Amino acid sequence: MPKSNSGPLNSSTNAATGETLLRMEKITKVFGGLTALDTVSFSIYSGEICGLIGPNGAGKTTLFNVLTGLYSPTAGNINLKGRVLGQLSPHRMAQLGIARTFQNIRLFANMTALENVMVGRHVRTHAGIIGAIFRGVKTRSEEAAILQRAYELLAYVGLERHAESLAKNLPYGDQRRLEIARALANEPVLLALDEPAAGMNQSETVELKQLIQKIRNAHVTILLIEHDVKLVMGLCDRVVVLDHGQKIAEGIPAEVQRNSQVIEAYLGGAVA
Amino acid sequence: MWVTFLALGILLALLPFLADMSLGRSWVRILDFALLYIMLALGLNIVVGYAGLLDLGYVAFYAVGAYVYAFLASPHFGLHLPFWAIIPLGAMVAGTFGMILGAPTLRLRGDYLAIVTLGFGEIVRIFLNNLNAPINITNGPQGINRIDPIAINDFALNQSHEFFGITFPGVVNYYYLFLALTLLIIFISLRLQNSRIGRAWVAIREDEVAAEATGINTRNIKLLAFVMGASFGGVSGALFAGFQGFISPESFNLFESIMILCMVVLGGMGNIPGVILGALLLTVFPEAMRYTGVVQEYLFGRQLVDPADLRMLLFGLALILIMIFRPAGLLPSRRRRRELVAEPAVAVQEQDSLYDAKK
Repeated sequence: MPKSNSGPLNSSTNAATGETLLRMEKITKVFGGLTALDTVSFSIYSGEICGLIGPNGAGKTTLFNVLTGLYSPTAGNINLKGRVLGQLSPHRMAQLGIARTFQNIRLFANMTALENVMVGRHVRTHAGIIGAIFRGVKTRSEEAAILQRAYELLAYVGLERHAESLAKNLPYGDQRRLEIARALANEPVLLALDEPAAGMNQSETVELKQLIQKIRNAHVTILLIEHDVKLVMGLCDRVVVLDHGQKIAEGIPAEVQRNSQVIEAYLGGAVA
Repeated sequence: MWVTFLALGILLALLPFLADMSLGRSWVRILDFALLYIMLALGLNIVVGYAGLLDLGYVAFYAVGAYVYAFLASPHFGLHLPFWAIIPLGAMVAGTFGMILGAPTLRLRGDYLAIVTLGFGEIVRIFLNNLNAPINITNGPQGINRIDPIAINDFALNQSHEFFGITFPGVVNYYYLFLALTLLIIFISLRLQNSRIGRAWVAIREDEVAAEATGINTRNIKLLAFVMGASFGGVSGALFAGFQGFISPESFNLFESIMILCMVVLGGMGNIPGVILGALLLTVFPEAMRYTGVVQEYLFGRQLVDPADLRMLLFGLALILIMIFRPAGLLPSRRRRRELVAEPAVAVQEQDSLYDAKK
């Protein structure tokens, strides 16, 4: 059923041109008295895998939530393809093609794997109440297309055997993959993965790494938060390092690894 | 497949006559009410079963539908609109009320939503009770009577008609009308269930944050659930007013809301056949319990307990037993059934990955 080589991802929309896809401009987020993000600016370029690392509490997930519309920034802008985005709700961000996964998996637990991915197609389809009730030609062909794409995406992440299993009955690693498949159903321009390898064993992590590379090769830009330094260094084209809500370094992995500020942040002041 | 449908169709068509002959005319009336409750339960099923929004004030929409009919087809305002115009209006006005309830409660979930909806149901009832002064709108606790019976053109449903030598009494005419509308509502429910909107409802029930992040406009989709559910209630209410000929705020109390919720939960939340079964049982069972007096006399020679008291006692007992032995409802949806039973193949796999993790 899945197409042979190209896979289900539509690659024509955002080819790896190296243009700026998204720019975070002086993002600040204050919770009460706590400054979780302090004028953080960085760019994500089309077609790359951008890593976002930092010690616990550095503000990575906050930044993620600002990016995906879950939090509105106290100050600063998000600029997508040259357009400044105002205060947008999460579903608007999803419409613009920013799809995400969650650190603690958030699947629709009592829906099947297939249905989870079908829900992911919601944002790219249109049938409303009237269409649902009368189920005309247009609605029927749209439904068929949703179903087919959902199967393709399940196959893409290697879950075709589990299409009819409830999401919550899937093994942990498969749940992570399913979440990625659901996000891919959005046809995202930017796929934001929040610690996808958290809690995975060795073999699952290797498989995940291959999957992420495969997605990048289909020209989807990826923002990756990860604790597993080996995974980040092996995967990412560029890395942004946060500490105490501030960006302390940015660059290719090898450089960042040698950066004294980064070493200090991770190992504490004693080493420096 | 076709044979089953045909047999079911014939059974449904003959049911009022069978009930009339075996149990008496009052049972045809009970069947009519059962159909009204099926419509109500299916409406609530959209809100509670699909979208997972616990609504304890659902009877308010039933009331709105009933009062719309009473206002537009009774001497109260001197209006006598035809039935086919009022039913869609009833659905629309109730749907609007659904939106009025839905809009301020969008941020609420679970217990908090239940409390607000419960309050909403009471507010509507109290308004109906008190809107007789300074301007008399609802006629207060006296209610509105002499409501026009439903008539399709010149065919008055409340009178007996004779076709092919068979007499169709009023209750039977109403039965066929209610049956037709119930089938329509079942059809709409089925279509909604397997649609993009239906999936979005279930997604919101499962995880609202994830649904929003997936691109579902949770505000609109939740409002849509409230509006659709309410409009079913409005249709049922309008039919009730025309059928009964008299309505008062007393008919729309909290107990009714709870009963409708019981029908949904007991039958099997989110599963259309389950909800229908739940509505049927909860309408028929309390009526059937009226016969306990006869049974008592047969067994003991006299009535030990007043059947009216025993009725609710047995009813409560039956509810408790069902919830103990069939926690997901009598006919649980495919989804809920699986919630309670892990699939063996997956269980083995889970053990495998646990084993992996230990290594």
